[in-house]
Amino acid sequence: MNPEFLAAIAGFVMITVVIGLARILWGPGDADRVMAAQLLGTGGIATMLLVGVARQLPAAVDVALTLAMLSAFASIAFVKGVTAAQDEDDDGGGGR
Amino acid sequence: MTALLDLFTTVTLLLGALFFLAGVVGLLRFPDTLSRLHALTKADNVGLGLIVIGLLPQAGSVFAALKLLLVWLLVLLAASTVGQMMARVARRAGPPR
Repeated sequence: MNPEFLAAIAGFVMITVVIGLARILWGPGDADRVMAAQLLGTGGIATMLLVGVARQLPAAVDVALTLAMLSAFASIAFVKGVTAAQDEDDDGGGGR
Repeated sequence: MTALLDLFTTVTLLLGALFFLAGVVGLLRFPDTLSRLHALTKADNVGLGLIVIGLLPQAGSVFAALKLLLVWLLVLLAASTVGQMMARVARRAGPPR
């Protein structure tokens, strides 16, 4: 397998995911913006795995693992923050 | 044998890149939050999965291949959990827009 092909796929994935970041500008909701950032995380993982195999760098897989953990934690922190704020808004309201 | 494996890698990597493209197009073009989430999870799980499967023959050793699979499993677990939580936030935020 020639490394140039793997690098080309990595570049393609990165470019498409960065184009998807336009959703952060457009919104309209906060969930849409976090979803675009989450897609950037997944695209970064795919890029790191491709680069790691193309350049024979085993450490790149560790970077991908760290990125997976971080993007998962970021999304969960967002959801926790939003639901906590909503629960404070309608406290005593008995659920939604 | 090597040529066959290279062909397999080429096809699956191209398919995975296509799923990422479809996910981004869906994220940008779909009308409301829940359908955008639907498009996004396809890119997350299937696109990355196809790329990992395509990279398996090129990994070099069994340990490296298992580690690639581990990354995919972790992302699957995180993405399915986060997808449910994100959908709940979108539903609480009000009607589709």
